[in-house]
Amino acid sequence: MTEIFEQTDRMSDFELIQNTLIAKDVYKMTLVGDARFITSPGQFVNVKIEGFFLRRPISVCDLEGDRLTLVYKVVGNGTDVMSRWQKGKKVNLLTGLGNGYDLSLAGERPVLIGGGVGCPPLYFLAKRLKSMGCDDISVALGFNSACDMILQEEFVALGCDVKVATVDGSAGVKGVVTDVVGRDRTHFYACGSPAMLRAVSTTLDIGGSVSMEARMGCGFGACMGCSLPTKNGTKRVCKEGPVFDAEEIIW
Amino acid sequence: MVDLSVCLSGLELDNPIIPASGTFGFGYEFAEFYDINVLGSIALKGTTREGRYGNPLPRVAECTEGLINSVGLQNPGVDRVISEELPKLKEKFRKKAIANISGFCVSDYSYAASRLDAQEQIGLLEVNISCPNVHAGGMSFGTDAKSAYEVTKAVKAVAKKPVFVKLTPNVTSIADIAKACEDAGADGISLINTVLGMRIDLRTKKPVIANKVGGFSGRAIFPIALRAVYEVYEAVKLPIMGMGGVASADDAIEMMLAGATAVQVGAQNLVDPYACRDIIASLPAAMEKYGISSLKQIIGGAHA
Repeated sequence: MTEIFEQTDRMSDFELIQNTLIAKDVYKMTLVGDARFITSPGQFVNVKIEGFFLRRPISVCDLEGDRLTLVYKVVGNGTDVMSRWQKGKKVNLLTGLGNGYDLSLAGERPVLIGGGVGCPPLYFLAKRLKSMGCDDISVALGFNSACDMILQEEFVALGCDVKVATVDGSAGVKGVVTDVVGRDRTHFYACGSPAMLRAVSTTLDIGGSVSMEARMGCGFGACMGCSLPTKNGTKRVCKEGPVFDAEEIIW
Repeated sequence: MVDLSVCLSGLELDNPIIPASGTFGFGYEFAEFYDINVLGSIALKGTTREGRYGNPLPRVAECTEGLINSVGLQNPGVDRVISEELPKLKEKFRKKAIANISGFCVSDYSYAASRLDAQEQIGLLEVNISCPNVHAGGMSFGTDAKSAYEVTKAVKAVAKKPVFVKLTPNVTSIADIAKACEDAGADGISLINTVLGMRIDLRTKKPVIANKVGGFSGRAIFPIALRAVYEVYEAVKLPIMGMGGVASADDAIEMMLAGATAVQVGAQNLVDPYACRDIIASLPAAMEKYGISSLKQIIGGAHA
């Protein structure tokens, strides 16, 4: 459309730099473009896929200047098309969506708890926490199996204390992610399946922030497709969320 | 200079493009994306007498060139719309907005209508008798000419502002329902609301939408909407707000040729929040391309 608007739009084309398989059905995509609307970890972008009407909401895994990393799992036809995109492809994104994690809640010893493809936004969070001087970051990652494991090395490289649990015991501790959450932490930040978030929020005795998932229509608060009843009234996962105070959620 | 202005039952619009109810919230949040004062008007989120959470999730399902929604009239209720939503809209939008009203009985409609009619910001009332997602309400009024007549009559009795009745395409003859609304004193007709549809998830082998069925909208329904606008234009003498699958300036012009005085854009807002702004921006070039100097002059132009 008309060029005069492109300067300010939070919908723009990014160029795909890399799109590689990093675990079973999980891909890491790096894109370059105007990412200035992405202001906090936990936010997401909405990806346009030709031939599909609705965009696909994907959380931000990393952001360095104009270089954006998304880690996503192929779960349906849309993400299957995404997985076949090649270097050089122009990808239309709606960026900077949703409210991310509040870094000021971390305290001195936060724990980041990720389940499966819930791990990616926590990497961006860990980086930001590090850059604001938080040195004692514990990370607990849960997967079904070793073949599903993602980002463990990246968290280690950041200097985080990383613990892994797998349901089948093929990597780390045999069990679920709550089995490897360390004690004496100041705040938890979690992203994963609803069952995992419920388990984390109801077993840990510290305050926490959870990133919720819902089937969305628009991704920016217009359609009310993802409204969640909470203790503080109806909230839109895409707009007031996806990150909520764990206390607010009706488990 | 081409002329984009239209007049909708006395309401002067700079251009005919209006975001459709349910796809634009109460408007002000889109000010994060662009200056919403470029819009002709805004059809606000459907409002009921009491606040509603709506239907269980999932409420949306993707389709080819469209989506199914079953939101179920989530809204904070007419009192909070007036005390909270309209003031927020006023900060961002200088023009008159369109209130969209729904209900479960005739008195629900007339109550919400009388409250919203009294708001200075509201220029027109759109009465939704076509919501496919709420049982024992909404669409049941719009599928029966007698009920459509009664609701229209009741709202007209309390409203000073123009009343447009929003119709469902899920009927045998939409023209008959439109005529009943005209007989009851409606000032105009809005059409179409969504088309009933469903999707089944092949992995779970169950309906995608929690409510099983919902309303289908998006580009795929444009021909259905256009046909309905064309038919209703022939059946009644009232102005029409045409909607259903409009996604471009060309679509808007086509809708006006079929008989629409104003054009609402719905599902496209959900995949491109800039859709209405960009349609408005590209209307002059499209008009020049097709040799149109004034949009007013093409309304119903496709009819003999």
